[in-house]
Order: sequence, then structure tokens, then C-alpha cells
Amino acid sequence: MYLLLFCQQFLNGLQFGVMLFLMASGLTLIFGIMDLINLAHGSLFMVGAYLCATVFQQTGSFMLGLLVALPGAALVGIVVEVFVLRTLYARDHLDQVLATFGLILFFNELTKIIWGPRALFLDVPEALSGTIEIIPGAPYPTFRLAIIVVGIIVAIFLYFLITRTRLGMLIRASATNREMVGALGVNVNLLYTLVFGLGALLAGLAGAMAGPLFAVEVGMGEDILILTFVVIVIGGIGSIRGALVGAILVGLIDTLGRAFLPALFKLFLDPATADGVGASLDSMAIYILMALVLAWKPRGLLPAHE
Amino acid sequence: MNRFQLTLKTCILIAALVILIGLPPVASALEATFYIGLFSRILIYALAAVSLDLILGYGGMVSFGHAAFFGAGAYVVGILAFHGIEGSAVISWPFVIMGTDNALISWSVAAVASAGLAFVIGAISLRTSGVYFIMITLAFAQMMYFFFTSLEFYGGDDGLSLFTRSRLGHMDLSNDAAFYYTCLGLLIGFLLFSRRLVNSRFGMVIRGCKENERRMGALGFPTYRYKLVCFVIAGAGAGLAGALMANQTEFVSPSLLHWTVSGDILVMVILGGVGTLVGPVFGATVFLLLEEFLSRYTEHWMLFLGPILIFVVLFARRGLYGSFVERKADNG
Amino acid sequence: MMKRLLILLTATLFLTASWALAGPVKIGMITTLSGGGSALGIAVRDGFKLAIDQEGGKLGGYPVQLIVDDDSRKPDKAKQIANRFMKRDNVDILTGIIWSNLAITVVPKAVREGVFYISPNAGPSLLAGKGCHENYFNVAWQNDNLHEAMGQYVKDNNFKKVFILAPNYPAGKDALRGFKRFYKGKPIAEVYTKLGQKDYAAELVSIRSAKPDAVFFFLPGGMGISFIKQYNQAGLTKDIPLFGPAFSFDQTILSAVGNAALGVMNSSQWNKDIDNPANKRFVADFKKAYGRLPSLYASQGYDAARLIASAIKAVGGDMSKKDAFRKALRKADFDSVRGNFKFGPNHYPVQDIYIRKVVEDDGVLTNRIVTKAFTNHSDAYVSQCKMK
Repeated sequence: MYLLLFCQQFLNGLQFGVMLFLMASGLTLIFGIMDLINLAHGSLFMVGAYLCATVFQQTGSFMLGLLVALPGAALVGIVVEVFVLRTLYARDHLDQVLATFGLILFFNELTKIIWGPRALFLDVPEALSGTIEIIPGAPYPTFRLAIIVVGIIVAIFLYFLITRTRLGMLIRASATNREMVGALGVNVNLLYTLVFGLGALLAGLAGAMAGPLFAVEVGMGEDILILTFVVIVIGGIGSIRGALVGAILVGLIDTLGRAFLPALFKLFLDPATADGVGASLDSMAIYILMALVLAWKPRGLLPAHE
Repeated sequence: MNRFQLTLKTCILIAALVILIGLPPVASALEATFYIGLFSRILIYALAAVSLDLILGYGGMVSFGHAAFFGAGAYVVGILAFHGIEGSAVISWPFVIMGTDNALISWSVAAVASAGLAFVIGAISLRTSGVYFIMITLAFAQMMYFFFTSLEFYGGDDGLSLFTRSRLGHMDLSNDAAFYYTCLGLLIGFLLFSRRLVNSRFGMVIRGCKENERRMGALGFPTYRYKLVCFVIAGAGAGLAGALMANQTEFVSPSLLHWTVSGDILVMVILGGVGTLVGPVFGATVFLLLEEFLSRYTEHWMLFLGPILIFVVLFARRGLYGSFVERKADNG
Repeated sequence: MMKRLLILLTATLFLTASWALAGPVKIGMITTLSGGGSALGIAVRDGFKLAIDQEGGKLGGYPVQLIVDDDSRKPDKAKQIANRFMKRDNVDILTGIIWSNLAITVVPKAVREGVFYISPNAGPSLLAGKGCHENYFNVAWQNDNLHEAMGQYVKDNNFKKVFILAPNYPAGKDALRGFKRFYKGKPIAEVYTKLGQKDYAAELVSIRSAKPDAVFFFLPGGMGISFIKQYNQAGLTKDIPLFGPAFSFDQTILSAVGNAALGVMNSSQWNKDIDNPANKRFVADFKKAYGRLPSLYASQGYDAARLIASAIKAVGGDMSKKDAFRKALRKADFDSVRGNFKFGPNHYPVQDIYIRKVVEDDGVLTNRIVTKAFTNHSDAYVSQCKMK
């Protein structure tokens, strides 16, 4: 019985981790390659969710929503890159923090003006709306499985892109030495815009996939953003592998903590106190994890370039 | 050129000082006493921003968790006042600490407690650098945020009300003007202290660390310890600001520790000018006045505030004060 | 540049200095218009404004001036706005705050200084009990009320194994306490979630394995939307009925939750189908003015304005008659959109609380009243209030 419960919660943690990875992959790509702190990544997440929800409401098709949300988020990302962020690559992180903080305010308010202050409706696609019993006696929502699958596809895709393609080679090269790549005749500006677009697309994908689970509302990106930063910092900035490991770790700790900490405390505290202490400790758990990891390995678990 | 800039700078500082000192009587005469409260809040945020600038602008330590010290300072005052009203002890073991609303005690305890917190957080965080430092400080601030949120005894997310402002000798701090001058005095005091600090040998080492930490290490300076001390001082400053904030709103709640507050303080510093000490005061003033006035005219004020911040970054690279007044590195 | 900026600042400082004029009754509204939860503030404001617009810029036959400002859900900003409204604009009445923590920051000081505060939403226990004040009136509810009603209903319908959950913060704990106060029995599990949590997979597994026959939850705003969606996706809706306060089944929320909420029972002091002329007029006018169905919060904003109108009328628009104004407020001599309404000794409502069911009506999800959980229900803190 307990083993069954644990397996289910483990699966939940895994799935939450994959969700975080979807978001983190784009952020770590931009962070690692362009050395740009993009607080507005959460806004791109929100754009993806809103676009998908809008198309969904008009047509009733989630797939069509995805088809609009992905290029839509990428396009918004590219526009932002060209007009604002491009000039910030050479600046220090502080300027980037301030400018992208400004972008968050702008996007949140713009979204509210366009779509109104209410949350939007986005449901799981019909085909994925049921449950599957992968663990006997424990029905699991099909859509959550789909998220795991999408996450694995993205991880494999990024792995091949970075290590096996010419574009990936250029990306890696310009992360190490931008000037040299430029001197070899590569249009680095264009390359960066492409990478940023890809990162935005991944954020949009994460947003669209999260939409059916979470509330699609203004500011939905920020809570996730903080978690995502925790993920990529634990994993080591710029490392896709690190992001994957960090995401799964955070997903598991967060979920298992929620599931089992209160029960654990009930062993030696009275139930009311245990619930409170368990819940409090759990909300701090991932930050404690991050502090521990960084205290032990100041550059994260799997840093991109040692 | 140099001479001209010096005079421009002096003029502006004197003008600012005159305006700040003259504000309460002028505001009272115009029956606009509301501005005394508004500017008290500005001065308090300015104090927090200056303390952040100390580590950020001079030590190169970009802390995204300064709200932790700000909030902790506020909570110390709130908790002491809470027990002061009840006449009970805050802790009774290993020694007894009674609650109090005496400003001299509670504000000092706030500064010391925040400094202690900064010591712990700094000791761990300073092992990292760059982006990792930004993020680990954020993580600690989030931890503190959730800690206070679940602290049910002191109101949790609902916060804790103070029944009165702290007592400071014979001064009546519930008088807005008196409180305003207290804030102003503490801000100026902290500015003067910071100015001396950054120009001292200690300050030079800290600034050296920002330029090239490895070289400072090679010169034989224990850079980690120097930076930690600087971080602790900044924590104390923010704690003091928090103590004032608790008095200003007569209320403390976890929202003071929210990550957006860290963001706001950071924005004030950058807006005013990193590494200028006085700049953050201007940054805080402009930021809070924008927030105040924009939101009066439109509920969509963020739509304007956002781009303003972006423009400042793009076109006034050293912040408002840094770009227009103090073009070269400042000695405070 | 800097100089110019300073000149500009000083100029604005002087220009905006106030001239206190005798004239319209001034009402300051501090509410949340930006960021998370802004839908609530906007609804309250729109409901309040509707009442003024219905009278063509007047309340109770006398001209009023409504000043609105956005608190961004920050206590210190709310405090500052209150300060400005009182000192610069000399408002007679404050209203609008959505969140309990902001109310606790602003209200006690404001009412001590002689301003009236009419709460259209937050009803913290502190202000209902020990901290009650003669100038503070709440036209919405005491925070525990709706949860108490749900507890009563769940008990009346013989649900024996109840699983309850709420976020780990004071309002969450109050909610579960309120539920248990009338449910009487011991829930099989009591779970506290993280404030702002989005993923409820872990809790849903706990619910399934605990095999309850009912689930009660209080998760305001986006948390509730996420929870209901995920509850439905996990296939739990058909097995274990869900119960909650109206906040998660409000008109603004239903459109975001979709069919996942269909059939869920929830408790509310108001619904758009309550049959009385005031309510019919409110619903029709609101739809006409804003092109959408009114929400619970809009009804509270509207009632706040109508209450103020009744008192302004009683004193003939003369706000210097504070005692008479207070007495008039206490009488609550207005037609509330919820029908029965009067104030208890702590100036919190004594009202009926209904159980509603989410139904589909002309393709739109909405609520229909099923039964009444309480008649003339007060709150648990009234005895602690020492006000005469």
C-alpha cells in the first residue's frame, strides 16, 4: 500500500520536474549561451499559455492552439530580443535584471489590457482527457503522461541540436568565444536572435502545456520563473543536462515533501502542529536544497563549462 | 570640467537636502501633510537602497535577497512591540528578552538581528559568485518569506499590527514630522558612515575585490572575510530600514520579504546609479514618486513604468544620478 | 536634466496640494487593480460605480466624488493611499480593500481618526471581535461565514469521511476552522498546501488513497482554478463530490475552470437568481453597463455603495453629522441585492447563506441556488466585540 502510494507520488514528482524542465531548458539556453539573465522568460511562458487558450476558445482545438502558441511566443521573443535585449548582451547582469524586470511589468499589464483581468479557460485536448492505470489501482491523468513524453522529446531534440548539428556547434562556439565566431564570418547577431527565439519557443511550449493544468492568468509566469531559476542554478547554468537533473530533483523534492513531510512529523508531533510544520518546511524545501547544493558546489551540479 | 561637475554635484546635494529638510513645514503650511508620510516612506526605501548599493556598487555583490534583511528588521520591531504590549518575554531561555517599544532598544536589536542573519546568509552565499550569488541570495530571501508566512503565532501572512510607533526618548514618533526627521537623520547618518567606509582602507579592499578579486587575494587580503563584513554591514542597514518601515506603516507582514521587494530595492539602486551612494536616494525617490503618480492617473500604470525602466537602462547607463551628475566613479 | 527633474518634482508637489472644499461626499476606494487578484478589485469597483451611475453621479440623492487608487496588494502602499485620501483629499468614507492583511493594516488607524470604513470584501476575525470599531462596517461577510455554511451543509447531508484542504496561511487556517465549527465531526485528513501552489498532483493522490466521501477546499484565486481542473483530470469529480466557498465558483472563475466545476456545491451569501427587485435591477444594469455577468465581488461593491447611499440620504448629505451617519449605517436601511440583511452588534452582517450548484445555463456556466444553509447567520467573534 505504502509502496504504491510512493510510486504514484514519485511519478507526480517526475512529471512536475519535466514540466519545470520544459521551462528551464529555454532559460538555461539563453542564460548559458548569451550570458543574459532574462526575468521576462516567465512572460513568454504566459504569452504561450494565453495564445493557446485564445485559439482553444475559438476553435476548441488544443493542437491548433499549440501551433499558434509556439511561433507566437517565438515571435514575441524575437521582437523583444531585437528591440531591447540585443543591446544588453555587453552589459552586466544588473542592467539585464532591471530591463527585463521592466519587461515583466509591461507584459503583465499589456496582457491584462488585451485579455482582461480574468483567468482564461484552457482544457486538456479531448484525446488526452482520460486517465490511464500505469500503476494498477492508481489512475493517472493521460495529459500528465503526455507532458512527460513532450519533455523527453525536447530533451533529446536539444541534445542532438547542441551536440550533433552545425547550428549547435556554432552555438557552443559562440558561448565560448563570441568574437572568434564572428571573425570566422558567422552572423552572430542572427545566431543569437535564433537562439533567443528558440528559448522563447520553449517557454511558449511550457506555457501551453501548463495551461490545461494551471490557471491561465496574468502573472502566472512569475511563480514558475523563480522555480525555474532555482532549477537551472542547481543544475549549473547553461547546461541542458544540468537543467534536466535540477528540474527532476526539484520536482521530486517538492512533490515528495508535500506528500510525506506532514506524515513524517506526525510521528513525533501532535497532528495540528505537524501539518503546520510540515507545510512550512515543505515551502522552504527547494530553497534549502538550492542553498545546500550551492554551498557544496558553488557552480551547480553539472556546470556547462568548467 | 571637473570643477564644474563638482559644483553641479554640490548644488544638487544641497538643493536636495534643503528640500528634504524644508518639506514638513512647507507641506503643513499647504495642508498637504500627506507628503510627509510619502517622503518618510521614500527615505526608508532610500536607506535600504543605499545599504544595498554598499555591497552592490562597491563590493560587486549583486544581492537579489535584500528584502530578507529589510523584512527581518521590521519583524524584530513588530515582535518586540507585540510582546511589549502583552508584557511577555520574546524568549525566556537561555536568557530572557522582554518585549519593548523603546526605539533605542528595538531598532538596535533589529539592526543586530539583521546583521546576524546577513552573517549566516553571507557566509554561505559568498562561496558563490556572479549569477549564482544572485540566485542563492534570492533563495534565502524566499526561505525567510515562507518562514514568516507560516509563523502563525505572529499572524503569518496576515501580518502583525503595531499599536503605536516606537518610543524614542521624549520624541513623539507618532507625529509624522518627528518621524520624518528621524528617518532623514538616520539616512544622512548612514550615508556619511557609508562614505567614510568606502573611502577607508577597508572600502578600498572591497572595491578592489569588485575590480579583481583574485588580485586582491594574491596581495594577501582575505577577500572572503572582507566581503562578508561588508555584507553584514549592509544587512544591518537594511534591518534598520525595516525597523523604520515597521514604524511607518505600524504593521509588518511577509509581503515585506516578497521577492518583488528585493526587485524594487534593486531597481531603485540601478535607477539612481550603482556605486554612487547618493544615487540610490534619487532612485528611490523617482521610483516611488512614479509609482505614486502614475497609479493615480491610470490603473495601467505598470504599462508605463516598465518601459521607463527599460529606457533608463538603455540610455542612462549609469543611472539617473550616475549619468547626469557623477560621470566618473564616485568616492561617495 | 537632474535639475529639471527636481523642478518638476517640486512643481507637482505644490500643484497637487489640496484645497478642501465643501461639496460632494468624498469616498476613497483603495483596491487591487493590478497584478494577481486584480479581477476582484475591478469587480468591486465596477459594482460600486454602477450604484453611483444609476443615480447619475449621486448616492442617496446627493452628489458624491469617488476616488480610486490601486494598492497593488501591497500593505505599505495601501497604507500610503489611505493616508493621502484622508489627509489630502479629506475623504469622509473609505472602502474597497480586498485582502484581510491589507484591511488590518489600514482600517484600525483610519477608523480611529474618525473616517468611516465600509468593507466590501475582507472580513478578518480581528476586526469582528476584539478589534471591532464603531466606524467600521462590513457589508460582505466575516471570513469564516461561507466555510461555516459549507460545514453545516456537509454535516446535514451525512458525509462521514471528509477530506479538507487549504493554503498554509491564516485565512486558510480560519477557513478550515470555520468549516469544522459547524461540521462538528473530525475530518479524516486536514492538509495545508503552499500559498500560491500550482501543482496539486501530490494532494490528489493523498485524497484518492484516503477514500473520503467528500472533499472541502478553500483555495482562492488561481490556486482554486488549478485545483479544480486537476481534480477533474484525475477523474475524481465523478467519484468524490467537491465542496467549497463561492470564491472558487464565482462568475469570473467559472469561465476559466470550465466544465470541471459542473455540479459542484458551493456556499454564498448572494447569487444572481435571488428573487428581489434590487437584485434584478442590479444584474440587468450591470450586464448592460459592462457587458458581462456580475460576480459575487461586484454585488458586494454594489451593496457597499447602496448602504452608503442610505446613510447619506438619512443625514441629508451632511457628513459632519457623524453620529447620525453612523446610526443610519447601523440601521442598514437599504434593499440589499441578497434580500435579508442587517448588521450585528459588531457591524458585521447578519444574513442568510445559500448553497449553490454550478449549472450550465444557455451554454454559460453559472450558479443556481439549491438550498439555504443558514438563516440570519452571524459570526463566531461577535461576543468578543466590546462595542456598545
